[in-house]
Amino acid sequence: MPTPLSVPASPGVRHPALRELSYWLHLWRRTWRGTVVISVANPLLFLTGIGMGLGQLVGDRADPALHGGSYLAFLTPGLLAAASMQNAFVDAAGPVYDSARPGGHYRAAAATPLRPADILHGHLLYILVRLVVSAFLFTAVATAFGAVAPARAPLVVPAAVLAGFAFAAPLTAWSVTLDRQAGLEALFRFVVMPLYMFSGAFFPLSQLPDAVEPLAYLSPLWHGVELCRSLALGTATAGGAALHTGVLAALTVAGVLLARRRYERRLHT
Amino acid sequence: MPAATMVERNLMIYRHTWPLLLAEVFEPVLYLLSFGVGIGHLVGHVPGLPDPSTGYAEFVAPALLATAAMNGAMNETTFNMFGKLRTDRTYESILTTPMTVRDVALGEVAWALLRGTLVTAGFLVVVTALGLVHSPWALLVVPGALLIGFAFAAVGLAVVTFLRDWQDFQFIQLAMLPMFLFATTFYPLDVYPRPLRVVVECLPLYQSVELLRGPFLGEAGTGLIVPVLYLLALGGLGLAVAARRLEGILRT
Repeated sequence: MPTPLSVPASPGVRHPALRELSYWLHLWRRTWRGTVVISVANPLLFLTGIGMGLGQLVGDRADPALHGGSYLAFLTPGLLAAASMQNAFVDAAGPVYDSARPGGHYRAAAATPLRPADILHGHLLYILVRLVVSAFLFTAVATAFGAVAPARAPLVVPAAVLAGFAFAAPLTAWSVTLDRQAGLEALFRFVVMPLYMFSGAFFPLSQLPDAVEPLAYLSPLWHGVELCRSLALGTATAGGAALHTGVLAALTVAGVLLARRRYERRLHT
Repeated sequence: MPAATMVERNLMIYRHTWPLLLAEVFEPVLYLLSFGVGIGHLVGHVPGLPDPSTGYAEFVAPALLATAAMNGAMNETTFNMFGKLRTDRTYESILTTPMTVRDVALGEVAWALLRGTLVTAGFLVVVTALGLVHSPWALLVVPGALLIGFAFAAVGLAVVTFLRDWQDFQFIQLAMLPMFLFATTFYPLDVYPRPLRVVVECLPLYQSVELLRGPFLGEAGTGLIVPVLYLLALGGLGLAVAARRLEGILRT
């Protein structure tokens, strides 16, 4: 589908990064219905299929590691954090790669007064908006399902957004330098999917063989899963929450700083 | 046979991209480790199986294999073919040679089958290495996966003729994801209330899982006739629809 490269002049938009943001929002106006259907259908399917279906098998044999609740209550916040990471991949890998290639939208934007950092910040803001919308919809569905307590839902949404954004920032830094599409697929298969499966979203990491278990704690997604889960189940401690938030925030900051340098190098040479 | 030329062309291209096949084995293995090992401990034994000592990993493995056979075949005839059909317009040049539309359709399905067999064999090796195979009947899984591959490759071939642009692939996902989650991949049919069971039994992936799960767990009986007939009929139907519609797209 041909897409307009010009950003419609809107007098209210001053900051250059917001101009970049308005470009992406402009594109989204055409596809938002599809993305909303996917964002609602995906959690709904996993919650019914895995949470309720498989939950019946797990049943009352429940492990103490499930914190005494149902499998559905255990799974939901973990799945939310993991879905947030996947959404970050969808928005920060392919689109950044496409935009940075010769003939891509970043090249056009870089020919205007927008600096590479503005382009990055604007795009990250857009990804943030998308993550907020997805996390909100997921949590709304899960709350309606009875899988998350309504009182805790407002805490869970920002935690999930942070979990996703901690991936989005380093991902942009990685995608912007990529030369071959195959790299995107490889990253998805060999990094994103293993993290998705083994970061404690679907089962407590104590289930893993002892030799592998310590490795899983290195997963950044595990911090996101733990943060969301402890907030959703009400088991959060101040120290734990601070640790998880700190790791995710550090990942975000490091990602943004690295991405700024790489955008500069890629777009201003 | 001219359809073999189509397979040969794909083989020549895959000489350079064969690691993709390894990657295709990787995904079901990942699911197996995560669900079979991780959740397996939480589940304990699966109710309703003839042998109560069957572990959860053994229950899930054949279903993941059926899913991998389905995904491999569908990806080949939808994703890859859409590029050749609409973007690269490969077939239009092929059809200026003595090849016919029927040859192209058969060739692509045959290629999807070959690929699917390789992936199945790879997965079977991994599963055997993990110690999940206890019966020689498990070897029946290879021809079984071939049949699954045929049915879904043909369906994919029919579906691809209806797609307008890359956005439409979302709808395929929207059909395949629920099938993956609900077609008794992760838990037996007994979990569902009665009316829902009938719906699930009609899903092509459910029939595919049935076809593989029995032999994998060591029992091959007359129960396999229904899935075999179902998948043959589905594949035949897909092929018939695809040949007719491709003729319309490529010959006008």
